[in-house]
Amino acid sequence: MSALASHAATLAAAPTIDTSRDCYTFPANNWFCPGYLSDYQSEITTALIEHIRLTGLTILIGVAVAIPLAVLARRSSTLESLLLGTSTIIYTVPSLAMFSLLVPFTGLTGTTVVIGLVLYSLTILVRNTLAGLRAVPDDVRESARGLGYGPARLLLRIELPLAIPVIMAGVRVATVSTVALVTIGYIVGFGGLGQLIAVGVDTDFKAQVTVASILCVALAVALDVVLLGTQRALTPWTRARA
Amino acid sequence: MTIDQLWAYFAEADNWQGAQGILTYLAQQLLLSLTSIAVAALIGLPIALWLGHLGKGGFLAINISNVGRAVPTYAVLAMLALREGGSEELGPYGRAGLATLIALTLFALPPIITNAYVGMRQVDREVVEAAQGMGMRGSEVFRRVELPLARPLVLTGLRLALVQVWATATIAALVAGPGLGNIITEGFATNDTAQVVAGALLVAVIAVVLEGGFAVAERMADPLRSARRAARQVTVAQQRPSGLAGPIGR
Repeated sequence: MSALASHAATLAAAPTIDTSRDCYTFPANNWFCPGYLSDYQSEITTALIEHIRLTGLTILIGVAVAIPLAVLARRSSTLESLLLGTSTIIYTVPSLAMFSLLVPFTGLTGTTVVIGLVLYSLTILVRNTLAGLRAVPDDVRESARGLGYGPARLLLRIELPLAIPVIMAGVRVATVSTVALVTIGYIVGFGGLGQLIAVGVDTDFKAQVTVASILCVALAVALDVVLLGTQRALTPWTRARA
Repeated sequence: MTIDQLWAYFAEADNWQGAQGILTYLAQQLLLSLTSIAVAALIGLPIALWLGHLGKGGFLAINISNVGRAVPTYAVLAMLALREGGSEELGPYGRAGLATLIALTLFALPPIITNAYVGMRQVDREVVEAAQGMGMRGSEVFRRVELPLARPLVLTGLRLALVQVWATATIAALVAGPGLGNIITEGFATNDTAQVVAGALLVAVIAVVLEGGFAVAERMADPLRSARRAARQVTVAQQRPSGLAGPIGR
């Protein structure tokens, strides 16, 4: 009876912008409802923060693993093809299966999601780090050696800085893909905004699915812009050339 | 989980048959992947090839891939499945078949469009100008010069899209939709690791098979195949004396 009553109230209300809960609850159940945003603010914020945390951890760990791997792979072509081959195979494992398979080892935790996503991100990050290091001109390397740079100093002071634009391009692609993939993490209970989408699907809660989906895309775009800014700040010399 | 348990899962006839058997899910997922690739190619290729021919809309054609990456397929699928009648049965495609088809088609469009456009644009301008100089009209240049030369990249885009769509189709199970994802989610829900691994293995192995099959078909369909092989032999022969033989763009 109460549902009917609220339906009647919705029908009776003037067609102004509805900021009450009537537009997201049944029977209206609209796709867009400003009332949802205000009523569910804390849930949305929590999910968004978790989404950012999972993405950030994935990318930080991914870069921390990918750069040493790429430096190692550069030394032997066998290791390189082994590494690239393995990461390509990992990429064909569906995310759904990846998280399910990690559960016996890491349980229903955020760690499961981060490990799975790091494995995916390595495909892009290792490839781009290798490409970036390879693009350093030989003359530059020779000059540095001539100036007395040892292998470690050459890598840290010359090669890696020059590879930053290509590495960062990989980081941007990996970040944007990771933001989208985090949503699937909900199957182990850590999906950030994916959690809101999953609950929305299960309970036919349209306003929640819309908001969570839009926030996912907005987060991906925002992080991409931040990374582009970081790259520009880290490589001032590329701006002078352009 | 042991190999024996995995083997037992595959050996059990009941797991293969019926509406919730591997074969039904496999057929659904193959049908879904192939249909969405075909629809995406029908929509995306004419647009991308035409834009590439005109040399316009490059920003759009290239950035659509970046935008596509940012949109979670799961979110698209969730919204489509929640629509009025979004989870209805669609013939052999199964429950929520239409929602899955649309979501996968949208997912397949970016790689197809971007690769086809880039393929058209990387055709040597001098070759195009030579064709024009020979008196070819715009449509002839498109059909007889640009299209054959753009073909490898166009096919690469289709192959990428096919493998990605195939692997991504598993998430249809998350909205109670069709496909092999159901084997994984069911195994996950019943704590049956062997079943999860079986589902993952099926998807991954078929992804590799699809990729390999497409690559073979791609090579067979290459009109310049024999010419390329001849050219390669000539180059190698010419390079050997000068000592320059090395992998070029491997």
